Amino acid sequence: MKERIIIGFDSFVIPFMVGMIFILAYCIIGLVRIICRLEPSDRKRLFISLVTPKTILKNIRDIICDCLLHVKIFRRNLMLGYMHASIAFGWFMLIVIGHIEVWLYTPHRQGLLYYPVFFRYFVKETNHTLKGAFFFFLMDLFLLMVLSGIGIAMFKRIRSSIVGMRRTTRASLTDTIAMYALWAIFPLRLLAESFTAGISGGGFLTKPMYWLFHNFLSKDYHILPTWWAYSIALGIFFFMLPFSRYMHIPTEAVLIVFRNAGIKIRHPRKGYSELQIYSCSSCGICIDACPMVTHKKNIKYSSVYFMRFLRRKNRKKTREIADKCLMCGKCVAICPVGVDSCELKRKFRNADKALPARNYDLLEVSEEKKPAEKDKILYYAGCMTQLTPSIYKSMEKILGAAGADYEFLDREGGICCGRPLLLSGNEEAAAELIRKNTEAIMNSGAGTLLLSCPICYKVFRENYDLKGIRIMHHTVYIDNLIKEGKISVKNSGKNLVYHDPCELGRGSGIYDEPRNTISMIGNLKEAAENRKSSICCGGSLGSLTLSSEDRAAVTKHSLKNLTYMNPEEIITACPLCLKTFGTYSEIPVKDIATAVAGNITCKNKKDKE
Amino acid sequence: MINFGFTLSPSSRIDLDKANKPDFSRLAEIEPDILKCMACGSCAASCSTVNFGKMNLRKVILMLTRGEEKDALPLLETCVLCGKCTMVCPRGINTRHLIISISEAYKKAQKTERK
Repeated sequence: MKERIIIGFDSFVIPFMVGMIFILAYCIIGLVRIICRLEPSDRKRLFISLVTPKTILKNIRDIICDCLLHVKIFRRNLMLGYMHASIAFGWFMLIVIGHIEVWLYTPHRQGLLYYPVFFRYFVKETNHTLKGAFFFFLMDLFLLMVLSGIGIAMFKRIRSSIVGMRRTTRASLTDTIAMYALWAIFPLRLLAESFTAGISGGGFLTKPMYWLFHNFLSKDYHILPTWWAYSIALGIFFFMLPFSRYMHIPTEAVLIVFRNAGIKIRHPRKGYSELQIYSCSSCGICIDACPMVTHKKNIKYSSVYFMRFLRRKNRKKTREIADKCLMCGKCVAICPVGVDSCELKRKFRNADKALPARNYDLLEVSEEKKPAEKDKILYYAGCMTQLTPSIYKSMEKILGAAGADYEFLDREGGICCGRPLLLSGNEEAAAELIRKNTEAIMNSGAGTLLLSCPICYKVFRENYDLKGIRIMHHTVYIDNLIKEGKISVKNSGKNLVYHDPCELGRGSGIYDEPRNTISMIGNLKEAAENRKSSICCGGSLGSLTLSSEDRAAVTKHSLKNLTYMNPEEIITACPLCLKTFGTYSEIPVKDIATAVAGNITCKNKKDKE
Repeated sequence: MINFGFTLSPSSRIDLDKANKPDFSRLAEIEPDILKCMACGSCAASCSTVNFGKMNLRKVILMLTRGEEKDALPLLETCVLCGKCTMVCPRGINTRHLIISISEAYKKAQKTERK
């Protein structure tokens, strides 16, 4: 081992150093600005999380799994996962091993940012010792890994279907420049190292390349220009980073730390949201997922473009997309980075909407306070269920059969739970409704609040403060009744497919209980895309501006997905889905309560009598 | 005059000269769906707040087309945007967005009225 350049500097490192210093300064200033913008309580939470061992471990695990290995993308598509993991992990290992080499061979050069990157140029090493050969092998191995990833990435531009993506994002100009720079970095590194391999030594990849080129390039004039080109490619990439989608590389790790600290989105554009915006990698996985993209014209409404326009501060387009979104949450559920675009859209609506005057004084809660009874169930059907009376009638039948002590809160029609207002971005008005409903529920003295509508269920769990009251959706309640033997059902033998309502599945994480129940009353069939990837019924209250024709297209697409296994009936657990599907479905659509009530065997009831 | 115990009702004729048409045309630009309404009343029948307030979208649309926004706008105050009217509308009108658009288009009128 010998240093070739005594002063340890050559002018070709300048482009790299300029880019590197620029990006480091940009990231540090950005991070400080974001931390300053946080609410004091959030900042405190962040600092506490940084010293809590449990969160530290979680941060490390998440950063390794998501930023380096891209486990989430692997689960989606092996090829796409390999493409991301090879570039991210390979590059990371090249950097780490570069630093180890500097630390081992030239400890006095530590702290020079460019030294590990251009190590092969500055240091002459031999592959005849075990240590030398080992590092040559590792460096070439990881370089090969990155190159294979870049190869897939290039091919993906021509045919995205090989990585399981039907549609990809339209790249912006800065994205394209940064992408070409990124593509150029590694082949140039390979060339530069190969040309130098005759002097500095090389591994299984660089040495044969040297022999090959040496045959027709006998003079060494091309060595320095190649190193210059490598350095310039790196410089351009670093310089374009903040203006391109590749900013997600540094931001994603910070986002994970902030998210694990439990920080919430409070503003559509500032503070924590800035991290979310810059973490979006514009990969376009959300385009294929979006239920609106049944027509090509709706591609522009998918979350990736929302994030792009939000980042560019294009108010008009951001608003158009924010208002169009169905808020089904599928893009958030499958996002490899975990960008919560739905919450950003909601906050954006809240900040941007012209709020109509609201006056809810007429909604009086005049009930006197009743004594608390732990076993009493308060059934709140919700306004959507009032539109589909079959659900609450079935629920009454089931509750009666189970011999439950219950009170029907809104038999004569009730007030809304507040989630539609929240979704439309009217938080103040929603808070008023939430206050009135809380009063009514607390006055009832019940121990359990039973709900039929997933929209209500989500808002009651997340935005209400109901101390001591258990909040249950009827799917869970029915499942419990069957398990405890309070009601017994017969198996009708029909093929039933279950539709996961957005707010119940992705919104509240209830997937298994309804499936358990359905397999008791029939043969459970799965839809082509189910659970986390289930497709919105099209009736969602999330969208403000989606036209009825587009909604119909979403519904038909969703029905096609559900009837993939030729079921006899569609079972859902949401009055909104029931109503929407009912209009277009060729086979009967039923709520889970109705299906159970139809198959209930009266044994238990008779025993009681 | 002899009091017969009843009077003539005031004229129900609408004075179109006084009606605020520019506001309505602006609304129709934002939400052309309003012109599709055939006043069937499904929205009013399915309304969640019908037991609690005066909300009646059918009436609001009729009044707005006649330029009587002063009487129409207070009716919207109790709307909770639950979206049931959108689901039942046979003409496929996006009533939820219509309600938001009404408040947007008539913002000025609302402000002067409050003063």
